[in-house]
Amino acid sequence: MSTLFSKENKEAFTKPLNLDNPIAVQVLGICSSLAVTSQLKPALVMGISVAIITAFSNLVISLIRNTIPNRVRIIVQLVVVAALVTIVSMFLKAYLYDVSVQLSVYVGLIITNCILMGRLEAFAMNHTPWASFLDGLGNGFGYAIILAIVGAIREILGAGSILGFQILPQGLYDAGYMNNGMMVMPAMALILLGCVIWVHRSINKEEKK
Amino acid sequence: MKALRNLFDKMRPTFSEGGKLHMFRSLYEGFESFLFVDPIQAKRGTHIHDCIDSKRLMTFVIIALMPALLFGMYNVGYQHYQHINETVGFAGMFLYGLGAVLPKIVVSYVVGLGIEFTVAQWKHEEIQEGFLVTGMIIPMIIPVTTPLWILALATAFSVIFAKEVFGGTGYNIFNVALITRAFLFFSYPQAMTGDKVWVSNTILGTDGISCATPLAEPAKTNLIDAVTGLIPGCIGETSVIAIAIGAIFLIATNVASWKTMLSVFIGGALVAFLYNNVCPDTNAAAQIPWYEHLCLGGFCFGAVFMATDPVTSARTETGKYIYGFLIGVIAITVRVLGGYAEGMMLAILVMNMFAPLIDFFVVDKNIKQRMSRAKTTK
Repeated sequence: MSTLFSKENKEAFTKPLNLDNPIAVQVLGICSSLAVTSQLKPALVMGISVAIITAFSNLVISLIRNTIPNRVRIIVQLVVVAALVTIVSMFLKAYLYDVSVQLSVYVGLIITNCILMGRLEAFAMNHTPWASFLDGLGNGFGYAIILAIVGAIREILGAGSILGFQILPQGLYDAGYMNNGMMVMPAMALILLGCVIWVHRSINKEEKK
Repeated sequence: MKALRNLFDKMRPTFSEGGKLHMFRSLYEGFESFLFVDPIQAKRGTHIHDCIDSKRLMTFVIIALMPALLFGMYNVGYQHYQHINETVGFAGMFLYGLGAVLPKIVVSYVVGLGIEFTVAQWKHEEIQEGFLVTGMIIPMIIPVTTPLWILALATAFSVIFAKEVFGGTGYNIFNVALITRAFLFFSYPQAMTGDKVWVSNTILGTDGISCATPLAEPAKTNLIDAVTGLIPGCIGETSVIAIAIGAIFLIATNVASWKTMLSVFIGGALVAFLYNNVCPDTNAAAQIPWYEHLCLGGFCFGAVFMATDPVTSARTETGKYIYGFLIGVIAITVRVLGGYAEGMMLAILVMNMFAPLIDFFVVDKNIKQRMSRAKTTK
């Protein structure tokens, strides 16, 4: 048991959550995080889907890493990722149909998410399965956290609600408050993402040096 | 003046290093150099000193904006009383407009300058004076019914994200006042467009009277009204005459480039003329005669005060012609073929983006020309 949660393994999981966050530090997976974060719910579903796919694709690739011929490894990685994405996509269609309609092509486009290929190439190809699984999970949740933050801000400012429940009282609207239409546009998501990265880096300034 | 000078001198120790109010140092310096000549002067060597620094330059632009602003105030009152069918004298109309417009100017300055002063203090820099003009332009390019809190939010957004993140005055890519308007336009379309925002019903402008804008229903407008400016529209943009006075002042004092202004009008006129003859009759905006296109909406205001912004426009002399011409072309094209009634804001923002590219090619062409000349003479 002690080896299962050794310091390296723990770090593989916790580091991408904060200090080596895939969005805030590595700046990967930006396009999808702009497209799906107009509300909190699709952002959360997207984040969890990506976390599951990164974790299991890391696991599978790490298991067969010694048998993959080096010259065709990208194709093999893509096949594994594509299979997992198809499973998740079908699952969403079956059980969360509304959200899968909202996410539309972006579930399918997880295949092209840079975080996935990046983790497979950089980590799973030369680490043990358990460590790779944790790393995938950590990166996926690191991505999900940022998505959730941006999604929550956009939903509350753009629609006055969180997860579809009205948070801002009607009295505020009667007093002249208006929802911010730009928050629903992807352009504002980019600016918010920039702010998140800004805050993140100013908090972690000491540790980076 | 002397008393003011003495007051500043007496206050200096309080604000300098170690003084009680050192944290407001930037505020003190900002006001001192606004009212007097900058106290920090070169002590050694020979320097040619010109009093026209950017603060004085900005003051000239403010003076040039005054006719349009004052007329805008009058027009706010005129439109209001026109639509509620009451007759009041000139002073009544003007006072009504003053009451509606003044809070907007105050909000824009307080928010914008507040952020600028905070940033300057925080970065230990001098106060940059860039907001002087921006803060006056912002209230002039919005409808009179814009709520104050939205205005404050938009001003804060644009000062932070269009200016300070790029490094402050002189480094911004986009015109800050236009970013404010763009933010309002895309965030709160219900407060910025439509037929209820142009004429205010109450003195604070929280409520609007329904009335069509000239660009939405061109048939109802006559040209004389559009030139004098007695039409509904954003506060400062309606009067061609008042803007022309400002333009003459800017050109005479050499503050703004006549090349940019002229080419905006030429570009707009040519394209509008083209659309007049090419587009089918069903397109209402294409049927506005080209000379009316130039008088309606924010075309004049944009051409004179926003396209000529020295920071965001092209800097090479040839580049100014290209830059201005394309602004005119895009503005009219958006009006006629685009989904928005007014295209001046989008045209200037798009060209702001391309201004460095235009400059690059103009300079590059010049270098190539001189190189080839040098080769042939060899």
